Amino acid sequence: MSESARFVRNVLVKAALLFVAANLLFAAFNPLAWLGGLSLYNGVLPGRLRLPFSEEPQKAYNLSLNSLEAMFASHVLTAAPKPADELRVLLLGDSSVWGFLLENEDTLAAQLNAAGLQAPDGRTLRFYNLGYPTISLTKDLLILDEAMRYEPDLIVWLVTLEALPREKQTFTPLVQHNPGRTRALIADYGLAIDPASPDFAEPDFLERTLWSQRRPLADLLRLQLLGPAWGATGVDQYIPPTYTPREEDLPADEDYYGLERDFSAADLAFDVLATGVQRAGETPVLIVNEPMFVSAGANSDIRYNFFYPRWAYDRYRALLAEEAARQGWRLADLWQAVGNGEYTNSAIHLTPAGEAQLAAALQSYILDSIPSSGE
Amino acid sequence: MTLNQIGLFAALGLLGGALGARLPRRWLLLALSVLAVFWLQPATPIRNLDFWLPLASLGLSAVIWGLTLPAGTPLTRRDATAGLVTLGLALGVALLRYVPDACCLTASRPPEVLPVSLVLAVIAGVVWLTGRGFAGQPWALTARVGLLIGLFVVLKYEPLTTLAAAGLRSLGGQDASLATAYDIRWLGFSYLAFRLIHTLRDRLTGRLPHLHLDEFLTYAVFFPAISAGPIDRAERFQKDLQSEFRLGGGTLAEAGGRLAQGLLMKFVLADSLALFALNPQNAAEVQSGGWAWVLLYAYALRLFLDFAGYTHLAIGLGLLFGIRLPENFNRPYLQPNLTAFWNGWHMTLTQWLRGYVFNPLTRALRGRNWPVAVIILCGQVVTMLLVGLWHGITLNFAVWGLWHALGLFVHNRWADFAKGRFQLPQRLAAVGGALLTFHFVALGWVWFALPTPELAGRLFRLLLGGMQ
Repeated sequence: MSESARFVRNVLVKAALLFVAANLLFAAFNPLAWLGGLSLYNGVLPGRLRLPFSEEPQKAYNLSLNSLEAMFASHVLTAAPKPADELRVLLLGDSSVWGFLLENEDTLAAQLNAAGLQAPDGRTLRFYNLGYPTISLTKDLLILDEAMRYEPDLIVWLVTLEALPREKQTFTPLVQHNPGRTRALIADYGLAIDPASPDFAEPDFLERTLWSQRRPLADLLRLQLLGPAWGATGVDQYIPPTYTPREEDLPADEDYYGLERDFSAADLAFDVLATGVQRAGETPVLIVNEPMFVSAGANSDIRYNFFYPRWAYDRYRALLAEEAARQGWRLADLWQAVGNGEYTNSAIHLTPAGEAQLAAALQSYILDSIPSSGE
Repeated sequence: MTLNQIGLFAALGLLGGALGARLPRRWLLLALSVLAVFWLQPATPIRNLDFWLPLASLGLSAVIWGLTLPAGTPLTRRDATAGLVTLGLALGVALLRYVPDACCLTASRPPEVLPVSLVLAVIAGVVWLTGRGFAGQPWALTARVGLLIGLFVVLKYEPLTTLAAAGLRSLGGQDASLATAYDIRWLGFSYLAFRLIHTLRDRLTGRLPHLHLDEFLTYAVFFPAISAGPIDRAERFQKDLQSEFRLGGGTLAEAGGRLAQGLLMKFVLADSLALFALNPQNAAEVQSGGWAWVLLYAYALRLFLDFAGYTHLAIGLGLLFGIRLPENFNRPYLQPNLTAFWNGWHMTLTQWLRGYVFNPLTRALRGRNWPVAVIILCGQVVTMLLVGLWHGITLNFAVWGLWHALGLFVHNRWADFAKGRFQLPQRLAAVGGALLTFHFVALGWVWFALPTPELAGRLFRLLLGGMQ
């Protein structure tokens, strides 16, 4: 064998051995969660004001990923221990809370912060945006579960009927890619979710290797690399100059996830809502039925909007009120708190003025929900 | 080049090395380069343009080869074979449209065989006629330089590119109103044009050695260097091509090292920095001077890592095939002054411009008895303006060129003035000079990276502590 052939052989053999060893070690120790917790945010880089989400990273300086550890590590909530003069309020919910098509200064959290609310004991209410764009109560519960480590004083959980159908619970990627956390909640609180659901991503040994996990690893790295652009510009969402407005004319469809007209609370995921309240423990939870657009166009006599037939939504509101009364939940039903002209591209996404209206409507409920300092 | 393309070329180099002397290397390189021009050409919205542009690169190169032949040189059997191989390969690429499982080497389905055959016949005829009738004639050589510069202007000046795109769309029966400057992305034309002008100029001055058609074509469109240089010299390239080559352990190690370095610099570091390096979008959004500096530093590093990384890849691939392409970078950001920076940044381009623009121009001006400082200023302004406009004919590229021309002039005059008057400690001069030079260059990149003076002005105000 020639010298060059020996050289090539040796290089290839060593490279192959190193590659195999690195993959086996990665699969054995599965360090993705630990790696997700390593972050330049809140240190070298400013923390993000909302959880990372975007399908257009180059334009938005932001990206969607499934590591809750990385998402929280990049959020300003985790920057420092809670100051003594802060009353910490976490806002949970879907894209309307996250602020789809809204700059950071126009989101619900920003509008509430701008109001400068104070607790009777003199502490300032500081609101943190923990909304996340996909509609599922179980996704909210996962975020709440993680957020409890950061000592909230109040949780404001904005919900809508679309988050409650059973099939929506494991539909969102964040739930599907965090099966361990979701199963722990199912086991601890007896949630009516199938722990063996095929929706859960369950990587086997080979799928946990470095090679197979290169995409989530790259996402962790890209989240850090997008940080300077976020820090420099304050931009974390690409807002197009124009968009298709929410639908006014609706289809004549009265079906809602195959539910019967007299469906019961057990047909919806009220147990997830109850688990959230239970998981929050001493921390009060204010449940808000979020505002929605009410159409006046074609077939608006049978549907409120793109999402809901009138009968289904009316039934849901009645059940929500019943459950809240039965379980002692704090409930603010604000489904019509915002003018119909303040919706953007969907029946739940609000304009800045719409968020201001919602913030104004919420303030009294929030102040009533604040625990006294001795509570 | 993508990772897959680099991997395939490297594998072919290793295979060629393993087969050793049993392969006719020069024919292998010709065939690979011809096929690679088609393969690497990016897709364009104009129908079949991703076939016609590579064919135009080959046709243009072949015609210019004919012109650069010393007058009276007969066409040899080797030249004829090279011509037939090239025509055959181009026809083969077009024929792939009829092979469902193998279509296509080009980004989109190639055109029908009949028009391709006609164009190939025309190219062959023009090359033959040129070689017989106009070889070595100064007016023909100069006219061809003019043609290349004209093409260059069309491709680099957006309104003209759009006009050309509209014309091409009309020819193909497409909607001309949809034409944009991005419709015509001619793989490596900037580099090809500089190589061809070099051969034409050197034929005029009698410095170009005789090259056979296979050598000339391989030199013009050598696949590792087609898309981003370096700009080699024909006589040097020919020497490598003619020398005996065996892929030994030393060369393999060097090539592997260059490829690894290039991959790391381009695909890991530069592509990572690209996520927050200065660009027109974030320049309009950045809110503070400190962050503006972060974006600018990232851009400066990214540009170097991307370009120098690509050069490592080109040199590494070249080594696997026995061609040692020239270096293009020599620690440019560590140089103590602007003149040294330009001796270490895109070296083959600056050497080209020094040889074909700066030196002839200053020589010509010296005959007019102008003061030395004025001659130097004129030479530097013209040369650096050309460097700027080579990237695109826009106001910002022109300002970038002028920025460097004035910087070079000031440094030249200062060095002349300070000689024997000031003596800074060597280390301080080196470190201070490097810092000053880097920041001058980095600030210059603002003009380079941003498309309009307004945007550049906004960023400068932030960088220098002013209001937005």
